[in-house]
Amino acid sequence: MVYSYFPGCTLRAKAKGFESSTLASCEVLGVCLEELEEWQCCGATFPLQIDNSFPLVSPTRTLASAKKAGRELVTLCSACLNVLKRTNHVIREDLDKREKVCAFIEEDYSGEVEVLHFLEILRDEIGFEALARKVVAPLSGLPVAAYYGCLLLRPPEEVGIDDPEAPKVLEDFLLALGCDPVDYPYKTECCGSYVVLQPGEPAMSPSRLVVESAKSRGAKVIVTSCPLCQFNLDYAQSGSVERGENAVPVVYFTQLLAAALGFGEEILQFDGHIVPPGLIFQSVGVGGCGGLT
Amino acid sequence: MKLSREVIHTEDKRKLQDISGEEILSCYQCGKCSAGCAMTSAMDLLPHQVIRLLQLGQVQEALDSKTIWVCASCLACSARCPRGMSLPNVMESLRSTFLRPGDRCLNPAEIPYELLEIVPEQALVAAFRKYT
Ligand code: SF4
Ligand code: SF4
Repeated sequence: MVYSYFPGCTLRAKAKGFESSTLASCEVLGVCLEELEEWQCCGATFPLQIDNSFPLVSPTRTLASAKKAGRELVTLCSACLNVLKRTNHVIREDLDKREKVCAFIEEDYSGEVEVLHFLEILRDEIGFEALARKVVAPLSGLPVAAYYGCLLLRPPEEVGIDDPEAPKVLEDFLLALGCDPVDYPYKTECCGSYVVLQPGEPAMSPSRLVVESAKSRGAKVIVTSCPLCQFNLDYAQSGSVERGENAVPVVYFTQLLAAALGFGEEILQFDGHIVPPGLIFQSVGVGGCGGLT
Repeated sequence: MKLSREVIHTEDKRKLQDISGEEILSCYQCGKCSAGCAMTSAMDLLPHQVIRLLQLGQVQEALDSKTIWVCASCLACSARCPRGMSLPNVMESLRSTFLRPGDRCLNPAEIPYELLEIVPEQALVAAFRKYT
C-alpha cells in the first residue's frame, strides 16, 4: 500500500511524536507513506470568505503536486485534512475559482486527487480486525476518551470521515488496540482552537469542559488527531499534576497505536506534553513502554 | 430603534453578504446555533443575536462585539442550522470588514513568551489568518 503523504508544518515542529509514531507503525502495517516532493503549509484554516481565492493557492499547489505523484494523498493532522479536502471540493465544484487559482499557480488541476486521513487507511484499507491481529502489546482495559473535535467531521458534506454527531471510527480503532473506549458527550465539541492566542484565555473554558466530561466517565487518557486539540486540552490542565489533581494525558491516536505495536519511548516521543503520558502505560503494564514517565 | 428600509438595507450589509456568500435574512432565529456553540461563555452576544442585529441593519454593533473574535470557526452551528446558514462565514465577513483596511486584532509582540514557546505552529498560522 503506497500513498502520497502530506505531513504539514506542525508535525515537523511541535508534534514530532505524531509523525514518528505513525511512520514506525506504518512499517509494521505494510503501509508506505511517500512524502510529496513539494509541499507547503496548508494555511491551517479553510478561508470562509467567498470573495477571496488567495488562501486557496497554497493547498491547491500541494494537491497539484500530489496529482503529479499519481497517488491518493494521506494526512495525519485534522486541520491539514480539513483544508485540503475543502479546497479540493472548491476546485471540483467552482469553475471560476478553479480557473483563477490554477492560472495563478500555473498548474492544471481540477480535483483529481483523493485526500484521505490516516484513520481511513486503518479502517478501510487495513481493517480494524487485521490491525487487532498485529497488536503485540494490547492496552487491555485502558479507558480512553476519543476526542474528534471539529476538523475531522465538519462540514459533513465536504470533509466528514464519519457521522458528524455520532462518530465511531476512533472508538473502533481503540477497541482494536484492546482499549476500553469511554462514551462522553463532548467528543465532537470545539476545544477553542486558535482562540487560545486571544488574551484572557477565552478558549480555556471549552477545553476544560471536554477534559472534565471525559474524566467524569472514567477516562485515563484522551486521544486526538489534531495538534491544536492536543495542545488546548493539555494546556487547560497546566499545573494540575503539580497540584496533585487527577490529570488526563492527551496523546495522538498514533502514539497509542505505536505503543500497542510494541514501540517504546524513542518512537512515541512525548516531549512537549504537559500532562506526562508515560504514567498511563505503567498502569496497564505495556512491555515496551513500562518504564516511561 | 426606528426601523425603515434605509436602516435595514445598508451598503455595509450588502458587503457582508458578498464576502460571506450568505443571505442574512434566511435565518429564522430558532437559536439552535447558540444552543450548541462551545464558545458562548466568552461571548457578549450570542451567535443568533449577531445575525439578528445584521438583519436589522445594525452592522456597527455586530462589529463592536467580542463574539466575532471569539468564534472559533468550529462549524458546529452551520452543521446544525435548519436553514443551512453558514454562520461562521458571516462571522468571518465581520472580521474581514475590520481587518481588510489594515487593522489587526492580534499583535504578535503581545503574545506571552511562555505561550509562544509551547503553542503549536498550527495555532499561530490559524490565528494570524483570522486576526490580522
Ligand atoms: S440555527 Fe440557523 S436559523 Fe437558527 S438562529 Fe442560528 S443561524 Fe438562524
Ligand atoms: S463556528 Fe463560531 S459561532 Fe458557530 S458554533 Fe463554532 S464558535 Fe460558535
